[in-house]
Amino acid sequence: MSDHPQSAPHADHGAEKHVHPTWSTYWKVALILALITFVEVWVYYIPAFAASKAFVPTLLIMSAVKFAIVVMFYMHLKYDHKLFRALFTGPLIIAGATMVVLLFLFGHLVVG
Amino acid sequence: MATAAAVGHGHPPTTTGLDHRKVAIWAFIGSECMLFTSLISTYLAYKGRSITGPFPHEVCNPPQCATTLQPILNIPVTSVSTFVLLMSSLFMVMALAAVQNKGKPGWAGTGRFARLQESSRFWLMATAIAGTAFLGFQAFEFTSFVHEGLTIRKNLFGSSFFTLTGFHGAHVTVGVLWLLTLFAIDMRRGLGPKDSLIVDISALYWHFVDVVWIAIFTLVYLIK
Amino acid sequence: MATAATAPAPSPTGYHEASGVWSWLATVDHKRIGALYLYTALAWFIVGGFEALLIRVQLQGPNGRFVTADMYNMLFTMHGTTMVFLVIMPLSAAFFNLLIPLQIGARDVAFPRLNAFSYWVYLFGSLFMNVSWLMGQAPDGGWFGYSPLTSLQYSSGLNIDFWLLGLQILGVSSLAAAFNFITTIINMRAPGMQLMRMPIFTWMAFVVQFLLVLAFPVITIALVFLQFDRFFGTQFYEAAAGADPLLWQHLFWIFGHPEVYILILPAFGLVSEVLPTFSRKPLFGYPVVVFSGIMIAFLGFGVWAHHMFAVGMGPMADTLFAMTTMLIGIPTGVKIFNWIFTMWGGDLRFTTAMKFAIGLIALFTIGGISGVMHASPPADLQQTDTYFIVAHFHYVLFGGSMMGLFAGVYYYYPKLVGRMMSEKIGTWHFWLSFIGMNLTFMPMHWSGLMGMPRRTWVYDAGQGLDTYNMISSVGAYVQAVAVIVFMWNLWSSRKKGAVAGNDPWGAGTLEWSMPSPPPDYNFAVIPTVTSRYPMWESKPPRSPDGPMKSAKELGIPMPNPTIKPLIVALFMVLMFASMLLIHLGHQQLAVASIITFALLMVLGLYSWLLTPLEDAH
Repeated sequence: MSDHPQSAPHADHGAEKHVHPTWSTYWKVALILALITFVEVWVYYIPAFAASKAFVPTLLIMSAVKFAIVVMFYMHLKYDHKLFRALFTGPLIIAGATMVVLLFLFGHLVVG
Repeated sequence: MATAAAVGHGHPPTTTGLDHRKVAIWAFIGSECMLFTSLISTYLAYKGRSITGPFPHEVCNPPQCATTLQPILNIPVTSVSTFVLLMSSLFMVMALAAVQNKGKPGWAGTGRFARLQESSRFWLMATAIAGTAFLGFQAFEFTSFVHEGLTIRKNLFGSSFFTLTGFHGAHVTVGVLWLLTLFAIDMRRGLGPKDSLIVDISALYWHFVDVVWIAIFTLVYLIK
Repeated sequence: MATAATAPAPSPTGYHEASGVWSWLATVDHKRIGALYLYTALAWFIVGGFEALLIRVQLQGPNGRFVTADMYNMLFTMHGTTMVFLVIMPLSAAFFNLLIPLQIGARDVAFPRLNAFSYWVYLFGSLFMNVSWLMGQAPDGGWFGYSPLTSLQYSSGLNIDFWLLGLQILGVSSLAAAFNFITTIINMRAPGMQLMRMPIFTWMAFVVQFLLVLAFPVITIALVFLQFDRFFGTQFYEAAAGADPLLWQHLFWIFGHPEVYILILPAFGLVSEVLPTFSRKPLFGYPVVVFSGIMIAFLGFGVWAHHMFAVGMGPMADTLFAMTTMLIGIPTGVKIFNWIFTMWGGDLRFTTAMKFAIGLIALFTIGGISGVMHASPPADLQQTDTYFIVAHFHYVLFGGSMMGLFAGVYYYYPKLVGRMMSEKIGTWHFWLSFIGMNLTFMPMHWSGLMGMPRRTWVYDAGQGLDTYNMISSVGAYVQAVAVIVFMWNLWSSRKKGAVAGNDPWGAGTLEWSMPSPPPDYNFAVIPTVTSRYPMWESKPPRSPDGPMKSAKELGIPMPNPTIKPLIVALFMVLMFASMLLIHLGHQQLAVASIITFALLMVLGLYSWLLTPLEDAH
């Protein structure tokens, strides 16, 4: 790729000397992702649970966990400079709030 | 006034010590959050509002449909494709580790597969193949839906579903091309620690595309 | 540097830079790109102004027949679209380009070629959208293109296609630039240039880039839905299929409201530079100005449905958005006080730039007051879709953004060109603009409250609207004269203006430490910054004495000029343009064309990415 001059002094991790997730951490995360996905699909096929009020929140929480561990470990936001955390969570909050308000406006979330 | 860094030689170091391209890719990922939020919000807003079938999770009976149509989403198949895409993120992380640790033999352990595990080419290709497999599943799903009567113009579900998953698939496609490019560069001149940044950036893009799918799988496929 | 084609243009500093058409086509220098944005935007300003003039001729008296109703729809649509997307945003971009690196002590932006790409996409996109005039099918659905008017059923021609494709193209330009400037501001500040020492213009620019990053994807999707409905028969806005045409309005305004802050914050930034200089006082309450800017951006995402109070969202939604809208008036209003207190007790010099800056304070306040009036849903039910709203947004956009941008032009022209603009002609420009603007838009408050609807082609006599409209039209003619005066000032000052020197105004920020115009490498020596107004310290940074050295002599590696950004931009725009063929019924040709241009674009992109930015050093 183009040889960009304004790069950090250290080519591999930038100037931040951070702790790096280990090889085994990556595999563990993969295992957890697979497990949670398995559970998600499993509960989908339990008719009593799928019809209950707990279904949607449970699924949302499980996906949120998957989302979080991919972001924190694979995209190593947990280990990186705080700036990247800010660059990601800001838009995420605005996106989330916008989605919630839109769902409310279209009658899918009943308030009050 | 003091003269600071780099009088006449090269460039001043960056203010944060971080590479420009890494800052830029995170800003880009921020914008992609809003892009997919708009698509997902529309899908959710229009859930249950299609006037005619096929429907994602419900049966469509006459007179709403010409003939009785079964719910069209195929959870088992999509679970497999979801799993494949998740594993592709693992492969991507392995690829990045391989690039970062090239020239440090033994970093991946000393098992029978150590050499394979140390190979960035192996992992890059594995990621690309997993991504392509995912796209294959998507293609299969799209064609079978069309076969069953769901086109992009059939109803609200078709419009919002195909647009949302189509945009995601397009992002995966770009990612696969990106990975194949990296693979080609690796074949040509080899990728080493000094290339960690560009591989890192492609990894960030790839993981984000995976993360979007995590959201889509739950919100579209699992929640009725 | 690239070889100069013809004799180099005489620079007031004597520094020789590459000249000739090729050097402009292949430039990656942020200052040149800024100049390109400036001249292109001013050209569209004349076009958009001309469209407005035709509107005002049509509305001068009751039952006008100067233009047809169809033409009228095109005129107000293109006037709005042009002024928002082709004038104000690019004028702001001109200043982002020119100023940000200079103000933070950098030699260029983070991605110089991407920067050039943004400009060329803007130029080709703007030309594409206006090619529609030549076909007699200019966009005619209003600048906000409400559904279902924009559906294929009600707009069967190419008009809306030009509009939506043009906007998608322009979105790419803005987004690319936003990633560029975010990276630049975060990552390329000189030593000591902490975030809270940055000039306010750079701060406002920084906030705007985030607004762009978050808002443009939403309108992209809104446009994609419209595009798919029109080209592929999807149902996103088809009420008959169970869809809600309001989806368009929501998505559009989720973009549209942050967009208006995108339009005003750069002007606020420019005013925050001009006022301290000509009051010889630092900006009053710098942290407050910064934080209110951040608050405006954040809150700006929560007010969008105040554009929709009349659609029937229900009392909960109306109340929520009314509250957030009233809330956002606070950080906006706070800045007015910061500016006034900056001037208070200062040693005021009423240069043309200062006049325009003060003009913004006065006129934006008026616009802001009418804005707060709209924030109340019951009141807005009377005001919405009338000329009262037209009055409001012209006060904030013309009286606000344009006045601020004019101030910026007078203030920074010396830095860009090396010569001063004429203060005498500038004073004429100011007063003609100020008076013309008020003549045009003040009466609209009354005609609006009396019920004159927006976008109306004619109005009947005897409704009490005649006099107001006549005054508005006279004001427009006065403004036209003002624009001519302005163009004359810009043109004649190039050669006849007094040589500016580094710092003609006695200003405080880093860009004034350099020669005018600055050499391609900006700073011979990157300064270390110890305060917000480095030039006002006892030992301000100075550019080296003696004849200016070239980058090569100083050993500063410069990015190589390259035509690739232009080529990739061109293929991208042609790819989008090919979509029109779908509507014209040539499906196969469309697909072939799109694929061809996409491939060419990707090839160009690969070539670009695989070429190093600079020669190895």
